[in-house]
Amino acid sequence: MHFKTLTSPHVLGETSVGQVMRRVLYAMVPGATALIWFFGWGVLVNLAVATVVALMAEAAMLAVRNKPIATHLADYSAVVTAWLLAVALPPLAPWWMTVIGVLSAIVVAKHLYGGLGYNPFNPAMIGYVVLLISFPREMSSWLIPQGIGQAHALSLIETLQAIFNGLLPDRLAADALTGATPLDALRTQLGLGLAVADIRNSPVFGIVAGSGWEWAASGFLAGGLWLIYTRVAAWQIPAGLLSGLAVISTIFYLIDPQRYAPPWFHLWSGAAIFGAFFIATDPVTASTTPRGRLLYGAGVGVLTYIIRSFGGYPDGVAFAVLLMNIAAPTIDLYTQPKVFGARRG
Amino acid sequence: MSGLFPFHGGLKTVRHKTESNQQPIRWSALPHRLTVPLRQHIGAIAKPLARAGERVLKGQMIGQPDGYISAAIHAPTSGKVIAVEQQPVPHPSGLPDWCVVIESDGEERWVERQAVDYRRLHPSEVRNRLRSAGVVGLGGAAFPSAVKLNPSGHAEALETLILNGAECEPWITCDDRIMRERAAEIIAGLHVIAHLLEPREVLIGIEDDKPEAIAAMVAACAGTGFAVRPVPTRYPSGSVKQLVKLLTAKETPVDGLPVDVGVQCFNVGTAYTIYRAIEFGEPVISRTVTITGHVNQPQNLEVLLGTPFSELIAQSGGYRDGVERLIMGGPMMGFAVHDDGVPVTKATNCLLAASAAELAPLRPVMPCIRCGACVDACPANLLPQQLYWHARAKEFDKAQDYHLFSCIECGCCSYVCPSHLPLVQYYRYAKNEIWAQEKEKQKAELARQRHQARLERLEREKQERDAKLRQKRPRHARWRWKTRLTKPSRPIAPRRLRPRPNQRLKLASGAIESPCTLKR
Repeated sequence: MHFKTLTSPHVLGETSVGQVMRRVLYAMVPGATALIWFFGWGVLVNLAVATVVALMAEAAMLAVRNKPIATHLADYSAVVTAWLLAVALPPLAPWWMTVIGVLSAIVVAKHLYGGLGYNPFNPAMIGYVVLLISFPREMSSWLIPQGIGQAHALSLIETLQAIFNGLLPDRLAADALTGATPLDALRTQLGLGLAVADIRNSPVFGIVAGSGWEWAASGFLAGGLWLIYTRVAAWQIPAGLLSGLAVISTIFYLIDPQRYAPPWFHLWSGAAIFGAFFIATDPVTASTTPRGRLLYGAGVGVLTYIIRSFGGYPDGVAFAVLLMNIAAPTIDLYTQPKVFGARRG
Repeated sequence: MSGLFPFHGGLKTVRHKTESNQQPIRWSALPHRLTVPLRQHIGAIAKPLARAGERVLKGQMIGQPDGYISAAIHAPTSGKVIAVEQQPVPHPSGLPDWCVVIESDGEERWVERQAVDYRRLHPSEVRNRLRSAGVVGLGGAAFPSAVKLNPSGHAEALETLILNGAECEPWITCDDRIMRERAAEIIAGLHVIAHLLEPREVLIGIEDDKPEAIAAMVAACAGTGFAVRPVPTRYPSGSVKQLVKLLTAKETPVDGLPVDVGVQCFNVGTAYTIYRAIEFGEPVISRTVTITGHVNQPQNLEVLLGTPFSELIAQSGGYRDGVERLIMGGPMMGFAVHDDGVPVTKATNCLLAASAAELAPLRPVMPCIRCGACVDACPANLLPQQLYWHARAKEFDKAQDYHLFSCIECGCCSYVCPSHLPLVQYYRYAKNEIWAQEKEKQKAELARQRHQARLERLEREKQERDAKLRQKRPRHARWRWKTRLTKPSRPIAPRRLRPRPNQRLKLASGAIESPCTLKR
């Protein structure tokens, strides 16, 4: 009897790219839910718009590049990019900003560089940075979280009006609705010569690092820990990033607590947690060796702090990730593990 | 007891041991015809001793070891040699190899056997007996055991002797069954090995998913000083270098053998055949084979070497519907054979009939997303994703920089890859390309040297000739052309065409002579 001959291994595990990407989406649910709770319908609308645009852009680019569309759409990578970008956008960002961001991510940063697996830069962060540089004012006007501001005052219909037509209900003034994020506020007021302790007395700063924000960060932390438990994300990157950020912020905090925010504020505010578990862990653009991942994460953490404290933007995770993306191949080259049976040294 | 020293990576695979390990080993039926390959081992092919038409007895040597690394081959039963010819054999290439085909007479008449007391013999005499009994490693590699049993050549004394009963491949159970049923015999064989190698300690590594085998071996070890070490069930703990690391913390050097770090390793089945060879004078003519997967009665059979796979399948109730591949060895490292007519050899530990249910479903191959799952799984501590990039880009020198040749092809990286990349296949391809290039290079270098030597010789001959001419016509050198015209009888030209003795030698050695030789 004749048989097919294929080479070993003849059995494979159950994992697939689609499964990996879907797990990232599941892990984002707690954090995204917290964001919706505190900042209203806008977050959900952004997620929906980004998802639809990303899938359309992905399908169009796959068609242009002559790739199997169904197979690649089923890998969910475009949806992950869309979600990562959408939760980073201000809840009332006009729809066309979301579209521009997603197109920059999917068309330019992903497919023009060769598609899944070949992009040197994190697509979601490219989309985010394009928007941040092009529309700095819109990107920095976040809603004031529920409990302090009136985000929940907007119904779903009113939110859709605001996002698609740029119309706010007459009863609400734009100033009452939006405000600076805690990181942004800290930065502006430090510039005015105020001390950190005084600035942080404002209710917007919450218990640790910003009302609402700290809950979202906790949600992303929970999801992120699950990602590490399921081995979708490498533990070294978040560990490196958070300890890098913690170490450098502690050093400066000890030098001058009046001018530098405490490490727990830095760890819990902005995109630190989210970036550590969801952005920096993007496998395609990160380092792949065990030691390299620690180094890569630490680099992102330190750069984030430097950009936050001394740079021109309130949060620096996106730029830090992109900068370390360029360094990843070099880090990989110099952090190769010792091969089994190789001589030490 | 000292602890274990886990190796990096590895896998928890889905186990399929209970399918075949429930019943005792049975003898397979005597086949009508046996096809006994003369190469069932690593090393040189055995020299055939039997001719077509000759009658042979069971256990009679029909293939003589050729050189130090080679092994003897014996007639598995009594009967008549029908042919010594090339036949299909179980090999990934599917190429035929030399075999002795024996028609059994059904009488099973043994050759004269002689038991010996190994303690009274000189170690080299014991090794010679094992060598002429055709003892090779039965774990799958089939390396001649006598070579490994020779401690001379290794300056340091052997620290640890390991008996490998790990059996980490998910479907294979032949070692499990042997250990359950023949523990005392295995330990007796282990005593012979220990006698020859004089190790400081003797450890027996068995994966902890085989509690019955562990219990049997522990009982058999009582009072011997040999220690049974259950190891965690984690593929590939049965791989020699990984098992050595696990039990002794020693890493075998990249291009070395365990003996370089003072460890020697034997399979449990090998120890059993050593016992049979010494205590009964029986050569290796059979082995235990697991027949499992998509067959009606999975089981372990004691099989005469040379029995066709198809007979074993038939004795196991035949194939169930939908068998797509027949794998010799386990699903992780075994290879699929073209045809089930090929014979069992000393390396055949398992036949896995695989249908879609046992095999990995065909899924689309996606691009590498550099997730590093392969890095975490690689027991050789390599960076499989880098090896993949470079193998795919045909950057073979870079693949070697990433230690391509440390890859043991265990398949862990392919198993965990979410993109379903056939990673091991890429590494095999790169290795083969590098070997081919290496051969090309050697050939080119040889050709260059030959060409150089030829140019030099021609030059030398010319000078000699000129010198001779000058001697004969020292004074009127400038009239030489004229003299030559007037005296055409000088046989210069014809002599040049005749090859000189050294030139003829080169031609005889199969060298390619450049065509200009004849032109000149």
